[in-house]
Amino acid sequence: MLKSWKEIPIGGVVDEPGKSREYKTGTWRVLRPVLHLDKCVHCMFCWLYCPDMAIVIDSSGQKPKMIGFNYNYCKGCGLCADVCPTNAIEMRPETEFAEE
Amino acid sequence: MPVNLFGLAKTFENRAEDIGLVQGHRLCPGCAAPIVVKFSLMVARKLGYEPVVGLATGCLEVSTTIYPYTAWTVPYIHNAFENSAATMSGVETAARALKKFGVLPKDKKYAFFVFAGDGGTYDIGLQSLSGMIERGHKVIYILYDNEGYMNTGNQRSGSTPTGSNTTTAPVGKVIPGKVQLKKNIVEIVAGHEYVYAATVSISDPNDFFSKIEKSLNFDGPSFIAAFSPCVRFWRIPDGAANSISKLAVETKYWPLYEVENGVYRVTRKPRQFKPLIEFLKPQGRFKPLLSRPDADEIVQRLQEYVDRRWERLLTLEEATKGKPIR
Repeated sequence: MLKSWKEIPIGGVVDEPGKSREYKTGTWRVLRPVLHLDKCVHCMFCWLYCPDMAIVIDSSGQKPKMIGFNYNYCKGCGLCADVCPTNAIEMRPETEFAEE
Repeated sequence: MPVNLFGLAKTFENRAEDIGLVQGHRLCPGCAAPIVVKFSLMVARKLGYEPVVGLATGCLEVSTTIYPYTAWTVPYIHNAFENSAATMSGVETAARALKKFGVLPKDKKYAFFVFAGDGGTYDIGLQSLSGMIERGHKVIYILYDNEGYMNTGNQRSGSTPTGSNTTTAPVGKVIPGKVQLKKNIVEIVAGHEYVYAATVSISDPNDFFSKIEKSLNFDGPSFIAAFSPCVRFWRIPDGAANSISKLAVETKYWPLYEVENGVYRVTRKPRQFKPLIEFLKPQGRFKPLLSRPDADEIVQRLQEYVDRRWERLLTLEEATKGKPIR
């Protein structure tokens, strides 16, 4: 994950904007948000509040639609589940999804 | 046209790089600081401004710019803890000069933001903030108020509320946590001659958006104090930032108002208020206080204080109506 000193640009320069995406904060997650699409009213509150910009939406139609989560970056804070007006987001322990 | 949620969702969709702060920053899960940044930058972008960001030292700075990574896709500068406002004053002046000499296009709109925590605003950066406002630089100073030096581990600041348990003012047998009251920073800023000052809370996004829009259109310095719960040291659940902000507004602890050029306006007047204890109870930082034998008395005093402050605000609103300083 970490680069050696030979690969890092000289002089402490960060040469690319938004480079933090290389670091996947999704590995921190303890609780995983699960979307129940049948309850979702696509109010976009989760998208607005997500501190990690990890809500995936589709805005090709007339109204934007919630699709799911970007589990690479979701830290599992549960703020989306807290602001959801219809309880369409459920927080489940990450262990349930662990692969053997 | 006012900014609305669906409009924002259609503009930015999944492109965080258009907002300015991208995924992969290492703030705590559920931290409200990136939400404050996101709201502010989204409005600026949506209204056609190019944001330029300056940060004071604090949680936001150390966790978004860990070398060799950066979470910012907008021009960004960090200098020191105490001089974020002074640094942005320079940046703003430089941009004006470059526009004058034709280096930067004249019709391009820039929005200069400073994001600073309460340590960098209430205590350490106060003189540079005051200087920036006095000189009249068109900078939007956004304070994300998490009520303590949370980056270094919960030390008391000028913003910490009375009775909060911090490492430098712990609740013990003798002293009930911090004994002093929280500094009223908006009043201090509003005391300057020409400034737009406001308080916002993430629980009221439309109010937040309209205040950012107002400060973008204001011809002079603006100061916005955003209530920003710290999940770690307020000892609240990870996802509770929004509900705690909501309680703060509903219990008069964090009244939403603005001071434009000396004219007060309370932007949210709930018909019924909740007692302050409902705001204190869910937070672990007040738990040692509430288990003391004299807790009721202290809470009662705080309740009277927030009531008096609310009455004062309403009186000020009435008194300054239609009477701007300049």
